[in-house]
Amino acid sequence: MDIAPVIDGFGVVLQPENLLYCLIGVVVGMLVGVLPGLGPAATIAILLPLTYAVEPVTAIIMLAGIFYGAQYGGTITSVLLRLPGEASSVVTVFDGYALARQGKAGTALGIAAIGSFVGGTVSIIALTLVAPFIASFALDFGPPEYTMLALLGILLVAAVGNGSRTKAFVAAAIGLLLATVGRDGFTGAERFTFESLSMADGLDFVPIAMGIFGLAEILHSLENRGKLGKPPAKVSNPWPSRKDLKQSSGAIGRGSVIGFVLGILPGGGAVLSSLAAYGLEKKRSKTPERFGKGAIEGVAAPESANNAAATSSFIPLLTLGIPANATIAVIFGALLIQGITPGPGLVEDHPELFWGVVNSMYIGNILLLMMSIPLVGLFVKILTIRASIMAPITVLITLIGVYTVNNNSFDIVLVIVFGVLGYLMKKAGFEPGPLVLAFVLGSLLESNARRSLILFDGDVAGFATRPISGTLLAVLVVVLVLPLLGFVLRRSLAGRSGPAAPGPGGGVTGETPSDSPSDTPTDTPSDTDAPEGRTKESSR
Amino acid sequence: MSPRGRQAAPDEKTVGTAAGPSLEKAAAVADDLPEAASPEELAAQWEAEKPEPAGLTTNVVLALLVIGFGGAGVVGSLALGTGSLGEPGPGTWPLVVSSAIALLGLVLLVQARATSDTERFTSDSWVVPPAVLTLVPFAYLIEIVGFEIPSVVLAFVWLKVLGREGWRTSVVGALLMTVSFYLIFVTALGVSLPHLF
Repeated sequence: MDIAPVIDGFGVVLQPENLLYCLIGVVVGMLVGVLPGLGPAATIAILLPLTYAVEPVTAIIMLAGIFYGAQYGGTITSVLLRLPGEASSVVTVFDGYALARQGKAGTALGIAAIGSFVGGTVSIIALTLVAPFIASFALDFGPPEYTMLALLGILLVAAVGNGSRTKAFVAAAIGLLLATVGRDGFTGAERFTFESLSMADGLDFVPIAMGIFGLAEILHSLENRGKLGKPPAKVSNPWPSRKDLKQSSGAIGRGSVIGFVLGILPGGGAVLSSLAAYGLEKKRSKTPERFGKGAIEGVAAPESANNAAATSSFIPLLTLGIPANATIAVIFGALLIQGITPGPGLVEDHPELFWGVVNSMYIGNILLLMMSIPLVGLFVKILTIRASIMAPITVLITLIGVYTVNNNSFDIVLVIVFGVLGYLMKKAGFEPGPLVLAFVLGSLLESNARRSLILFDGDVAGFATRPISGTLLAVLVVVLVLPLLGFVLRRSLAGRSGPAAPGPGGGVTGETPSDSPSDTPTDTPSDTDAPEGRTKESSR
Repeated sequence: MSPRGRQAAPDEKTVGTAAGPSLEKAAAVADDLPEAASPEELAAQWEAEKPEPAGLTTNVVLALLVIGFGGAGVVGSLALGTGSLGEPGPGTWPLVVSSAIALLGLVLLVQARATSDTERFTSDSWVVPPAVLTLVPFAYLIEIVGFEIPSVVLAFVWLKVLGREGWRTSVVGALLMTVSFYLIFVTALGVSLPHLF
């Protein structure tokens, strides 16, 4: 591997101006991410416009800061309010909140910050080593491979989410259809524009993400007001004691590795890894009964794991151009707007951008560690501000922010339309993640599918005969068929005991992730299946 | 199961000996916060707090809406011209996707009875339509009168009407928010936001 571009990348990132923007990103990301109702995907979506005012490299660095800040914001609400920012922080609630009740919220948050930092850093180092190789492998991919890859990415995200699989697929398909709006790249025909000039160039990603993640969450939390817990008035010293550190160092190390490995998987990587890391610690512990009652390892392990996973899920994005989950999809959209197309060519053709992105993650992570512990008190203050006061602030940030992207009031209308759509989808049990992810990948998928068909002269079998696309196709079929098989099996088993077969929604989705980590004690996944459905925001 | 009884049980030693706060302080904090539950109890509690699922009618209507949307997509795609597999036209891909939507809608229709992941609209939901209505004038007025007046009005309505805050909080809050946004977006970031002042 050529070291020079890596070092050059650091030179860029370490410029004082870039450091400053990264710092602003981390702080703002934490500030917004800590608002109940806003998970990482929503936070990043709402703050996207901030990154447009600056030049691309600075924008990416700021984005990395926002990303890590938003992740940590979700942890804060898990510990203090018992309200996980996203599914991958659900396990943190058990011991984090128990610690908060013992007056040790500060310790929990401090250890979470250190664990997140270690997990993230381990993951970035591994990413630095692994990503260029995966990218060089993917350089040979042609349109059929990309078609299959994009399709698989969308299917996996839809398949591993909470709630109904069918509805997730509907959401993904709607996302694909929305991506076709505008001028067709092949024929120049205008599609679904309803003769509106504003829609001729297609729908913009930013207002869709801001509406469906951001505004929709704000509207949804409007009607659930007053059901939130109250944070503790004062949070103790967040610097963990030597004893706490010693107690959790093993958990942090193991969590980081689990997180990195599982995070590469699309969709559920972060959730699965936090469950697996928690389960492993509980199993290894000599005093497993402490877990769920304030064991510091119970915070350290899942927080290291989910941050490591969040970081390693950048690998499929940066090497293949396929975002692995909804949060990464928002980042993908942001990079596209900055003129960066993530994909196998990025390392070769634009090493300064590739290493700029990677190195800004190192910096974002370090700044997160530096800022989170001293600022814990401030975040607790923010949590005490009434929701009725925070709501207009976030709404105004969203509306003003989206306007500043293109100076176009049509974008505000789009945010409102997609905000209402996202709200209704939430009420109707449709996850927003697959829609946004499919929308982002839509034109890539369509253009590659069409190129493949032209290449194959209309013979669909061509997808199966090429080795790589054939393998991907096989994986795709397995993903689709396995849960169906499981469903049929369970149905026939349940058929004997009575007609009360489980609904296809909740039953099937819970099985897929929890089957694989064999070292997870059986009780952990089942504990957490239910709460997953109630996270503030499902960010996949 | 009193909160204090549970809280004191296994952790007494750790709390007491660690560098952390004393037991009394821990108890004081514990009074502040709702009871910490075991993972199982927490899961059960979240399950119980979940909004009530909507009924069969909603599920059927929802499935029909999805079918209708897919159907409309199919009609629109056919109008675009679908070409052939070897020579895909502008409507080929939308046709595939729309058909998938319609088919998935049919699956939803079949599953309607077993669906429970919807949220019933409650009396609290009535706050959402007026909230949305306040956003629309903002979109139309921003380019005509600048962002300040629409922002003050929007913030005031959200504070006073939707948030049931007092008059003073609402007026001061709305003005303060707008001034802050002016300072952030216009003065500090210098973005081209239409403004009156």
